[in-house]
Amino acid sequence: MAIQTLTRDIFDVKDLNLWYGDHHALKDIHFPIQKKEVTAMIGPSGCGKSTFLKTLNLMNKMIPNVKITGEVNFDGQNILNPKTDLVELRKHVGMVFQKGNPFPQSIYDNVAYGPRIHGIKKKKHLDEIVTKSLMDVALWDEVKDRLNAPALGLSGGQQQRLCIARALATKPDVLLMDEPTSALDPISTLKIEELIFELKEKYTIVIVTHNMQQAARVSDKTAFFLMGEMIEFDETTKIFSMPKDSRTEDYITGRFG
Amino acid sequence: MNSKTADRLATGVFILIATIIVAILAGLFFYIFINGFKNISLEFLTSPSSNVRAGGGIRDQLFNSVYILFITMLITVPLGIGGGIYMAEYARPGKVTDLIRTCIEVLSSLPSIVIGMFGLLVFVNTTGWGYTIFGGALALTIFNLPTMVRTTEDAIRAVPRDLKEASLALGITHWHTIKTVILPSAFPSILTGAILAAGRVFGEAAALLFTAGLSTPRLDYTNWNPFSEQSPLNIFRPAETLAVHIWSVNTQGLIPDVEEVSSGAAAVLVISVLIFNLAARWIGSMIHKRVTASK
Repeated sequence: MAIQTLTRDIFDVKDLNLWYGDHHALKDIHFPIQKKEVTAMIGPSGCGKSTFLKTLNLMNKMIPNVKITGEVNFDGQNILNPKTDLVELRKHVGMVFQKGNPFPQSIYDNVAYGPRIHGIKKKKHLDEIVTKSLMDVALWDEVKDRLNAPALGLSGGQQQRLCIARALATKPDVLLMDEPTSALDPISTLKIEELIFELKEKYTIVIVTHNMQQAARVSDKTAFFLMGEMIEFDETTKIFSMPKDSRTEDYITGRFG
Repeated sequence: MNSKTADRLATGVFILIATIIVAILAGLFFYIFINGFKNISLEFLTSPSSNVRAGGGIRDQLFNSVYILFITMLITVPLGIGGGIYMAEYARPGKVTDLIRTCIEVLSSLPSIVIGMFGLLVFVNTTGWGYTIFGGALALTIFNLPTMVRTTEDAIRAVPRDLKEASLALGITHWHTIKTVILPSAFPSILTGAILAAGRVFGEAAALLFTAGLSTPRLDYTNWNPFSEQSPLNIFRPAETLAVHIWSVNTQGLIPDVEEVSSGAAAVLVISVLIFNLAARWIGSMIHKRVTASK
């Protein structure tokens, strides 16, 4: 999947509909996501924002009875095509979850896990990747003396940064973040937000958040979801200063949700 | 009666029940150890059993028990873990899976004497092997496999979903995720389950009566050729285990010291099972500490 240079849209979603059994969870979503931007998705619980995020790397396919129609074009290829190689897709589209979920292994092994399985065997090369990934998430200084210590011994915020490092180690183009700071204290949250700001130099980031201030702080574009529909999508500054739709306005001013 | 009194009463009742359970267990151990310990000596453990004269030991029976257990686990563990992985990770919810699950449950509730009868029919008569260690081990496998499958399935299901998702999201295949993330996380529970199952197998008598037999050939412990008749390692020889020995000396023993031999053997059996249980807990918690880095 070579990156196309003609368009800046890395993802182009068209007519996306998704059902969990009878529940129509996503309705006619149209959504372009641009390269090296941070796109935030906000909305009340159950509005479909996480479901949408998990469609971008097809994590949804694990759920029984899920039906997806429409197009999700990644680099010009529709990943909803059944022939899509999930392994290849997920190498390019990494994901960070709500709660830090390091493997019960050492710090080093956690970061080296993806590259190792994707075929990098040389110790020196792995060392480089681990060092660089940990530096990218500003964790290197905190853990460089104990790379062989168990990852579960780290604090919650460190674990989450480790998970981001683990996702970066496979050299993705896109990083999906599903409420990455909802389980963290304010200081750790701030660190992750600063990190997102730096990461967008190199990566495209799509982030789901409950926290509207967070969306306003870190993102370039914001999409507002409600009841499975995407109500509004625009520059973050516009969404938060002069939303076009009254429902968006109600939500961001805290009148519901 | 007000709710505070009821609460105190409930607490009292539960403490009483717990005390009864502990008392039964303690009494049982006390009885077995008091009667058994005076009969256990190095000589008792290292001399062969006797048919008519007093002073026989349990050397061969002890070895047979351990050896049958070893062979059984060699068959059960891979099959059981494989079955558990299938049930937890691959089986789609539906009629077929329900049928498999029902079969496993029925299998686990079969009386062991029935498994012994089945073993006699298949592993002894149909195959023409006669009473053998291997036949006994296969019967014990039938007895043990459901527990092993169940243990593995439960252990795998207890692995946080997060970990599996994290691995899949890194572009790791399902099988690789099972191999490198799920199984290592589930390992302590699987190991504990396997050791507990081993304890159960170690004390099993009924399933072995008609499969491994009630006798042991004269064994030569210097003969390590597994195909030789006298070799203890031969898996196609009859082998009386400790539990079967206790049964047989009590029902058809001609020796004058039946009481001493059976209580000594019983104590050895109980101590072994106790060791299995303690080892399971100790090893399980040790591995758990190591992987989770908790103190």
